[in-house]
Amino acid sequence: MIEQIPQILISGLLSGGILALIALGMNIQYGVGKVFNIAHGEFIMLGAFITYVLYTGAYGISPIITLAVSGPILFLLGFVLYRTLFTSLRTRAPTPAVFEGNSLLAAFGLIFVIQNIALLIWGGRTRLYLWLNSPVYFGGMVFRANRLVALGLAVAICVAFYIFMKRSRLGKAFRAAAQDPAAAGLMGINITLVLALCFGFGAMLAGFAGSLVSMYSSISEVMGLNFAIGAIVVMVLGGLGSIPGSFIGGFITGILGSLVSFYAAPLLAPAYYGLFLILLLVRPQGLLGKR
Amino acid sequence: MDITKSTPRKLLVPGLLLLILIALATLPLYGPLIGVQVYRLFLPTVCFMYIALAVSWAMFSGSTGYMSLAPAAFLGVGMYTMALLREVLPLGVIIIAAGLLSFLIALLVGLVTLRLKGIYFAIFTFGLVVLIGQLVLYYEIHVNAIRGRDIAPTSPENGYYIMLGIAVATLLTAYFIRRSRLGLAMQSIGGNEEAAAHMGINTTMVKVITFAISAIFMGAAGATLAARIVFVDPTMAFNLNYSFMPVLMAIFGGLGQLYGPVIGAPIFALLQYWLSANFARYYSLIFGIILIIAIVYMPGGLAGLLPKLRNRLEGVITKLWKGGKAEQRANT
Repeated sequence: MIEQIPQILISGLLSGGILALIALGMNIQYGVGKVFNIAHGEFIMLGAFITYVLYTGAYGISPIITLAVSGPILFLLGFVLYRTLFTSLRTRAPTPAVFEGNSLLAAFGLIFVIQNIALLIWGGRTRLYLWLNSPVYFGGMVFRANRLVALGLAVAICVAFYIFMKRSRLGKAFRAAAQDPAAAGLMGINITLVLALCFGFGAMLAGFAGSLVSMYSSISEVMGLNFAIGAIVVMVLGGLGSIPGSFIGGFITGILGSLVSFYAAPLLAPAYYGLFLILLLVRPQGLLGKR
Repeated sequence: MDITKSTPRKLLVPGLLLLILIALATLPLYGPLIGVQVYRLFLPTVCFMYIALAVSWAMFSGSTGYMSLAPAAFLGVGMYTMALLREVLPLGVIIIAAGLLSFLIALLVGLVTLRLKGIYFAIFTFGLVVLIGQLVLYYEIHVNAIRGRDIAPTSPENGYYIMLGIAVATLLTAYFIRRSRLGLAMQSIGGNEEAAAHMGINTTMVKVITFAISAIFMGAAGATLAARIVFVDPTMAFNLNYSFMPVLMAIFGGLGQLYGPVIGAPIFALLQYWLSANFARYYSLIFGIILIIAIVYMPGGLAGLLPKLRNRLEGVITKLWKGGKAEQRANT
């Protein structure tokens, strides 16, 4: 039992990295753009299918390189969606609270639209490709190479994004817009553009995450909502609007999840959601969030 | 002019409502003549269910501004109450029991959660649906070793009348709450909760009570639905679509007026049915686009469009009338 704990912990880290990346994208969409994007999972699904199509297509492009395709496409999609749909919701809403409610519902409508388009294109079959599916031995433990690559890339993207938010002028503008959009607008920040860019970046992270997920697991058009629910748990755990919170929350949730699946105790799934609700009650701002 | 006009108008609305009610109550008699029998009254029954869900959702969330995504939780509780008690108790008793059980759960949930603000409340109620669904799933699979439950059906007419009754009861309750001090208190909470508290409104109690009352109808509707669809399993009973649909229906109909959700729900339910029957491949695409358009362009919902339409119509009529008069004058 004891000697299996490192293996459980590390496989928890492996799934935690992806969860962190997903939650990070959703979190900046909420933290800055104030859109509780329940359709985030559909962006992940699109990213996964883009990678699948490119890798299994005529040229067999390496999934790592497809990140350079799925990211920008999803960025563009997110940007256009925010610039059209969510901006018109934002300018019409009398209060920010109304906008949050309406944008959640509009995102729910997006799930229908995106899923249906994907089903029309790809036809609703579960798909899988094998890539770097070789075992890696490390200190008496076995991992699949593709999962390690996915984790490495996920962590690298998260760190790069964190540095971007902290150091760049645009990142500063995002943080200013998150604190007070009206004041940020008065300081000369083009708020509609910045919010749309930010939503686009969130979608881009989802596209990356989708490409990474497709490297090691099977994908389908309806895979999105489970990722979105997982990301909501991570976001609340780490704190809505907190980037390091999402990062740490992702790993905690990943390790918890791998404990759950290792011990295969059936009551642990409800316990997991029960804990989530209790946490939401006791500390709604999350582990690292500010009130 | 206004006085003579207003008396018949006052009678007009209740009279019209009574006529509609009579027409609906006798639908099973003449239904076959107009083709309703084809679906064995299921479609109208589902419409009534959605009316009950949308109106009871709007009862709490519409006026206070707290977005609840819990309808699926209470609906599912109602469905499982029916599944467990169908063999033991008479139908009516189970439906009341389902309403009471939902009331108690909502009371408990309300007491612990209503201090959560804004999006946190929505996330909590969202999580609640997932949690109760998972608990029931666990219990059914690992304790009872079953996947779903068969339920002895009730007759289509029975289901129809019970659901109609629940919808009417929901409407009446919503109407009286709206007119009472409770309704006013809720509206002031929706306007500005802190100011409401300062005016001496016990905001927590008002919110908890209405949240719990609104859950009664969701539970009762769930129990009735279960007796019509003859089978439940946890993923179907605690489906998040049941949470989002009433919200969207209520908003589509319009939250400003009591009748908003009442017209929004059947239009939406019929639209969904018609699309899925005729455009199976594109159904959710069209449906999603309609949803988004409704949210963006109809903030007041259908009920918000009606006064606008009437104003415009009246404008056109007066214009024509004046134009006609001017013409007459020109002729003489």
